[in-house]
Formats: sequence, C-alpha cells, structure tokens
Amino acid sequence: MKKTVASAPAPAPAARPARRPQAKAWQLRLYVTGQTHRSMTALANLKTICETHLQEGYSIKVIDLLKHPQLARGDQILAVPTVVRKLPKPVRILIGTLTDTDRVLVGLDLRAAR
Amino acid sequence: MSPTLKSQNPKPVAPPGRLPKCPTGIQGLDEITDGGLPRGRPTLVCGGAGCGKTLLGAEFLVRGATQFNEPGVLMAFEETEAELKANVASLGFDLAGLVRQKKMLIDYVHIERSEVQESGEYDLEGLFVRLNHAIDSIGARRVVLDTLEALFAGLPNEAILRSELRRLFRWLKDKGVTAVITAERGREQLTRHGLEEYVSDCVILLDHRLNDQIATRHLRIVKYRGALHGTNEFPFLIGDKGISVLPITSLALNHQVSNERIATGIPRLDAMLGGKGFFRGSSILLTGTPGTGKTIISCNFAKAACLRGERVLFFSFEESPNQIIRNMHSIGLRLEPCVKRDLLRFHSARPSLYGLEMHLATMFKEIAEFQPDVVIVDPITSLVEAGTDSECKGMVTRLIDYLKAGQVTTLFTSLTQGGHALQQSEMAMSSLMDSWLLLQDFEGNGERNRVVYVLKARGMAHSNQVREFLISDRGIDVVDAYIGPSGVLTGSARAAQEALEKAGLLTGQQEADRRKRELERKRIAIDRQISGLRSDYETEALELRRIDEQVGTSTLMLNSERAASGRLRQADAKVAGGLRHRARLARIN
Repeated sequence: MKKTVASAPAPAPAARPARRPQAKAWQLRLYVTGQTHRSMTALANLKTICETHLQEGYSIKVIDLLKHPQLARGDQILAVPTVVRKLPKPVRILIGTLTDTDRVLVGLDLRAAR
Repeated sequence: MSPTLKSQNPKPVAPPGRLPKCPTGIQGLDEITDGGLPRGRPTLVCGGAGCGKTLLGAEFLVRGATQFNEPGVLMAFEETEAELKANVASLGFDLAGLVRQKKMLIDYVHIERSEVQESGEYDLEGLFVRLNHAIDSIGARRVVLDTLEALFAGLPNEAILRSELRRLFRWLKDKGVTAVITAERGREQLTRHGLEEYVSDCVILLDHRLNDQIATRHLRIVKYRGALHGTNEFPFLIGDKGISVLPITSLALNHQVSNERIATGIPRLDAMLGGKGFFRGSSILLTGTPGTGKTIISCNFAKAACLRGERVLFFSFEESPNQIIRNMHSIGLRLEPCVKRDLLRFHSARPSLYGLEMHLATMFKEIAEFQPDVVIVDPITSLVEAGTDSECKGMVTRLIDYLKAGQVTTLFTSLTQGGHALQQSEMAMSSLMDSWLLLQDFEGNGERNRVVYVLKARGMAHSNQVREFLISDRGIDVVDAYIGPSGVLTGSARAAQEALEKAGLLTGQQEADRRKRELERKRIAIDRQISGLRSDYETEALELRRIDEQVGTSTLMLNSERAASGRLRQADAKVAGGLRHRARLARIN
C-alpha cells in the first residue's frame, strides 16, 4: 500500500494549501515493514523534522515492504525503517527510527556535518 | 566457536539416518562431502581474495538449476548482475539464460556507507523481505549470499548487524533453502567478522597458496556437522567447465586386474616381455638417461595402441605436440592420422606452469574427459620440479591408483642423470610400477649406443638379455647385443665382432671345402687304383686261359705224335687208337 502523506495527519488544515505549490521540492520515501512500533516512531519523527525544517513543502510516501516487497530492490533497501530522499537530488538515504534529529538533518543535507 | 565437530547438543531435526544432502554438482565436491552440502541449511564458504568463493557459489546455483531442477537466488553484495554474468560466462555458465528462464535470480545489493546516514534503531528486515521475495518469485531451493560481510563495511552498527545475521541464518533454515554464504578469510579466525559463529553446519575453507612461486588452490571441509567427510586439503581447479575438486581416489589396493596383454609396437620388445607385451592396466616405467629414446618408445607404444583402435592420452612436459609429431616423423612414425582420428590426444604443459596438485587435477580432468585406454606421461620426473620428492611420489601413487581403477595402461618415462645411478629411479617410484624397462647408453670406441633391458616385469616371464636397439628412419629395431668377455659390445664393436665371426665362419667353410676336395681326390685315386687292379686281374685271367689252351694243344700234339710214330712202327694195330683220339679231339673242340 502506498500512502501519500502530504504533511498529514492534520496538524493544521489551514497550513496545507500554503505548502501545496512547492510540494514537489522535497520528495521523501519511508520504507517500513508493517505497522510496527519502529515504523510509527520513524514516521512521527520524520514528520516532525519536516514540519520544523522544510517550510517550502514536502511529500512523504510510506511504502510497506510487506505488501510491496518488489519495491525494496529499486531503492536498495536493506534496513528498515529507511528514508530515501528522492528529491532534491542527489539521493540521500537515512536508516533508523530518526531519533537523533541532528544526524537526520545532516543526512538530509539540511545542516552541514560537524 | 571452534571448527571442530561437536557431538553434544545434537540437532533435534536431524533424521536418525543419513543427513539429507543437497548435491552441488561440482565435480569432486560431492564425493568429498559424501553427497553434497547439508540440505536446507546454510554452508559457510570462506577464503581469501581470488580463491574462487563466488565461483563456487555461482556453480552451486547453476548446477542446481540445470542438473537438479532446483532454482536458485544469488544475492550479490560485491558484484553487479552484469559483472557476474560476464565473469562466469568464461566458465561456460549462461547466467543470463537461466535468469530468463526464471531458474535463477540475481539480486545485487548495493551498500555504501558514505551514502547512508544512521539515526536511531533499525533492523535488516528489508534484506529479509528482498530475499524472501526473490526466493518466492522463482520457487528457489538454493541461495547464495556473496559476500555477506560487505554488510559490515556498509552498516555502521555492528551490534545490530550481528543480531540480524543470527536471525538471518535462523530464517534461512526455517525457509528450508540450502544456502551458501561466502566470507573473507580472517587473519586469526576463519572469517574476518566471525561468521562461522552463526553457521554451525558446514564450513568449507578455500585457499590459494603460493608455494615456490607456484600457486595452487585448495579446498578443505573444516566442519560438517552430522556427516562423514574428507578432512584433507584437496586441490581444486577452476577450468573452462567450472570447478573440479580432485576426486578422491581409493587408496586401497583392490583394482580389477586384466590378463590381457598389449603389444608395445616393437615386436622384439614384446618378445622380451614374454612374447606378448605388457599387461593391460599395468603401470610401466621407462627410465633412461637423456637421449636414450624414451619418447620414441613411448610414441611407438602410443601408435600401436591407436592402431588397435584404443585411445591414448599423452602428457608431455617437455615438448609441444607438434614437435613430437615432427620428430617422430623423422623415424617413420606417423602420429598425425591418430591425432586426426581423435585416438591420440596430447596435453602439453610446462611443469612449472602450476603446482603438482594442480597438474594432478588437470590430468584427472583430462583423463575423465578423454577416457583413454593408454596414458603416457613423458617424463614424470619433470614434475619433481613442481614439488618435493615425497609430494611427487604421493601424486604418482594417486595417479596410478586412479588409472588402475579404470584399467588404463600407463607408461611413465623417467629421466635419470648420467653416471652410475642409472638404475636409481627418481622419487623411488619404481616399487609402484609393474614393469620397468631400462634404457641405457654405452660409450666406447668413440661412439654411443643404446641398449634396452627389462629390469622387472611383474607376472610374466621376461628376457634377461640386454639388447641393443637402433633408431633409424624406419623406426626402432631391437637387435641382440653381443655379450663377450669384455662386457656388452654394441655399435661398431658389435659390428666388428660380427665381422670377426663371419670371417671365422668363412675360414671354416673354406677349410671344410678344401678337405672335401682332398678326400674326393683321394677317393678318385683309389678308384683309379681299383680299376688298374681290375685290368691286371683281367689280363691275368686271359693269360691263364691261354696257358690252359696251350697245355691242351701240346697234350693233343703229343698224343698224335705218339699215334703217328706208332703207326710208323705197327701200322694196323694203331688204327683203332687213332680213331678214338680223333673223336676226343672233336669233343674238346
């Protein structure tokens, strides 16, 4: 199942239209296996970070590998959860539950590595 | 965990009888492992760079797909699908074709540490999902993970990785696939990252060793839980048809023996060997100093076998096939028709090309392929260069055992150095041989001559004579060597001796003729005497008769004279007497 979460689920409905035009600027894919605690944590963390740091707009596509195992090959997924930044180029890969925000920001090129 | 076979903690799943095995189809490996890898379990294949791990994995899958109808998944961590296909194509494996037929699936796993940022907890469920999907999509029974250890380089968190690997091996077992996991050889342990800790069923160690500038690949089953296996190190070969591990030869002496005899191609040599030649399936050693004609006798033997329609495999370690053919042509031995009819095959290699074991493996491979009736190794002594004496002897033993088991007649030539140790065969392998011919040079009279003799020939009456043999443009001719008080005479000395004998014979002949003539003369003289005597005798007989006649006449005359005088004296009284005398005269006449 592909679930496209555009800044969902519902933090502030009013904010959504404002981000729509630039939604394509950031495309993220989150690969998970089932609705595990780890998947949920990763998704929640990713959303928080995006909300905080990606004011220009973003889209998160959650891919459940249990339902679409053939998709694992394309993005070379080994670990779950994995976040793949498809856009902007180049592709970035983040693995884990994204609890360490600093490392996530570095991984997403939002902050230079220290 | 130490790589020893532990008897405690037996697997509850293990059947009471034989462990189910999954044949690899790799030549020789199934013999060593007594049937293959443990079915439904992971096997660890470890070894250094370039020792053939990936290839072993690939061949395991290809053979599985083609020979045993077991599709397989190759999860490659180091090489891309295209690279793998190209790499194994040289071994005659058509990966692309198998992939198209859905008998094989290659999944290249790319992992690059610099591209991955880690944050928080994770597991390798993605890998499991991929593998599971790959296995299910083609119904795979075999899985190869090559080289799993790349994960250690790609993922920063070793703790997570280790627990996940443990889970992976458990999962593979539960999945029931026979898996081969390759790993780099570590410095102090079998694998660099201790993967042997997780794989407890079967561990195979590959090795590529350099010994005296010659590299040889070896394979050893370090452990195989619950099964008998060869524990030795076996050399293996990566040839144009994949891996072949040296087949284990039975080292027991229980070969079938044949009473059939085969000719050597040199009739007088056959005569020396009880009139019929060698036993089929026997091993023959032909030793000689350089230039005594070892190769020529070998080629004669080869040609004779080819003429009988047998297949001959000629291992040459000194000359190229074309050179041998050309050289034999010069003595009137034409080998190229045999080569054209594929009855004779040459295999030429420099001894230093690779190690002894590799040579043996190559020879086994060639023999298995060509199925010869006769094998010639020219010369076996060259192989000493590639190993030590004891190694060489071991090799020859195995080769002979292998060939004898197949009833293959083998002729080894052995080069001995000049001097006095002529009968000392290199490597002390003469005891392994059934027949031993010795070729020797005799020097003297400013020339060098070749002699041949049979030093031993098990199971047949053989000549004890030293024979000289001549090599001319018509081939080999074995002649009697003259053995005189001063030793064996050969060459011109023999010719001189022969001339001497011939002269002696001639003189004797002449003497006899002369005596015959003399006797004849004598006989004629006696004959003549006899005829003289006979004529004397006849003359005398004639004389005798004449005498007789004279005597008669004179008596008559006497009587008539008497009658006449009587008549003169008393005429009428003497008439009657006169008449009687006349009648008597008539009776005499």
